[in-house]
Amino acid sequence: MKKSTRELIINLIALSGLLIVPLWAQVTDNPFTITLATKVAIFALAGVGLNIALGLGGLVSLGHAAFFGIGGYAVGILASHAQTYEPLMEWPFLIEGTKLMPIMWVVALVTSALAALVIGALSLRTSGIYFIMVTLAFGQMFYYFTISWPAYGGEDGLSIYVRNSFPGLNTLVPLQFFGICFVLLIICLFINWRIIHSTFGLALNAARQSQERVETVGLNPFRMRLIAFTISGAITGLAGALFADLNRFVSPAMFSWQTSGEILVFVILGGVSYLCGPLVGAAVFILLEHYLGGLSEYWHIYLGALLLVVVLFAKGGIIGALSGKGAAHG
Amino acid sequence: MTITLFLEQILNGLQFGVMLFLMASGLTLVFGVMGLINLAHGSLFMVGAFAAATISAWTGSFILALAAALAAAAIAGVFMEILVIRRLYGRDHLDQVLATFALILIFSEGTRWIFGSFPLYLDTPQWLSEPVSLPGGILYPSYRLAIIIIGLVIAAGLFVFISRTRLGIRIRAGENDREMIAALGVDISRLYTFVFALGAGLAGLAGALIGAIQSVQVGMGEPVLILAFVVIVIGGIGSIKGALIGSILVGLTDTLGRFLLPIAFGSFMESSSATLIGSAISSMAIYLLMAVILLVRPQGLFGSAS
Repeated sequence: MKKSTRELIINLIALSGLLIVPLWAQVTDNPFTITLATKVAIFALAGVGLNIALGLGGLVSLGHAAFFGIGGYAVGILASHAQTYEPLMEWPFLIEGTKLMPIMWVVALVTSALAALVIGALSLRTSGIYFIMVTLAFGQMFYYFTISWPAYGGEDGLSIYVRNSFPGLNTLVPLQFFGICFVLLIICLFINWRIIHSTFGLALNAARQSQERVETVGLNPFRMRLIAFTISGAITGLAGALFADLNRFVSPAMFSWQTSGEILVFVILGGVSYLCGPLVGAAVFILLEHYLGGLSEYWHIYLGALLLVVVLFAKGGIIGALSGKGAAHG
Repeated sequence: MTITLFLEQILNGLQFGVMLFLMASGLTLVFGVMGLINLAHGSLFMVGAFAAATISAWTGSFILALAAALAAAAIAGVFMEILVIRRLYGRDHLDQVLATFALILIFSEGTRWIFGSFPLYLDTPQWLSEPVSLPGGILYPSYRLAIIIIGLVIAAGLFVFISRTRLGIRIRAGENDREMIAALGVDISRLYTFVFALGAGLAGLAGALIGAIQSVQVGMGEPVLILAFVVIVIGGIGSIKGALIGSILVGLTDTLGRFLLPIAFGSFMESSSATLIGSAISSMAIYLLMAVILLVRPQGLFGSAS
């Protein structure tokens, strides 16, 4: 069997698995499992975002928590203003809070894309090890800023008292909220797939492999990477918005460097630059958290050990091992 | 604002900067010589602090506690290098980030397992508890002054070591051309272990010295690690001089920003909101400094353009 066919089969199994588990949980009346599946879908979405920068552009960003947090706070801030009926601003034009998810998503996408554009424009002036350190530092900047800015909860974070609404759906029903997250994940996976096979994606991939050759044919790697980084940040921001609604709470922890590290782990565990790598990685992460966390309070030790083994001995992550391809690229 | 208060803040900034230098110098050496990014450097900082707190509780001696911090972090560094880091030298940076992120998880949870989640306390020694009066009538805590002196002495020692001793020459040679010095008969893997242990020991010492000012707890290393990264980005990778200048620049910017910005905003707005805005912006000051350096000199102040 061709290795790419095997990858396609793994993708289909992973996606249908993510759909079947909550449906089965609905039949057996187990809402907690639906919440876990929703968390998988949201983390996978955050990973899909990072994978566009990392898998396709080769940009090792340790600052994606910034976008995850901005998406989350976009929702938290809009909802808090809707709760208190105080407009965000009255001058030069009136902006009021809202409880409508689609509007919040647009705000989350736009604000995190803007942040990614600025952070990307600065960070992409460097490369390699500098890029890692600079993105990590900018992520930390947002973390400290949210802690020291008391208007929206500061260190304590913000509560969203009632989950925000989507026209025609009851988002308080776990399965319906899962459906929203699942559909958004599918849409972003489709966007990711389209990018991979577009001329833009091919050029980006080429720039990762050999910057000089791409420059020689007249393309601008900086611009391509900046566009990829911006799209990447926007998708991770959308995931942050959904995560805020899942927990009905946002806090500076969303901005912490651990969050950036975990999003990176989803992508790597599943297999970097594989389309469904982030989904498989996020699912494995949540399963480990659930089962190992039940066994031991200190389950992060085992996660660390597993991660070490994957990095040192299994390049290409789980999908790479299952599809027999190894690393998707070297 | 009195001039003595201002001078005191400058000393605080210097103390902060000198501590950052102990972290950043190890990181920049490891990167310069081995080409490795080590996120677990903050874990070594934490190991030093916990070792110092334990030994200080047992023996009551601060000097022994510092020695224990240096030794424990250096030993942990040797094990870390031999077991894991050594396999990462030829790998790309992504693998290095992930493997050392995994090490953070193992070190942090392992420490939590052994010592519990509650912070430990490390007291400053009795003989450094009284403030000293400096010229100009400044009363300054003698412990903080001692930190500044220790840090500057170590910085000077490191410069002499790197530029004057045989081992230092080998380290610099390893930075330039590792195949060549291996061909000349230098045991490169022992040299790497030594450099890593040196950086680890300095991080552990910094952890112990800071642990006496703050509390000793799991996760104390990573915020300092990220600041050390900012230092390296500003100073330029692989340059000890850059690490020193960058550290002091970051230390002063952070401390003076927190002190001066609320005052500056207070000159044109009411004081309560000036304090809020000033403190929020000063929490971002060093990152803004980094952004400016990236715009002007992406390779850092003392980095060579590549």
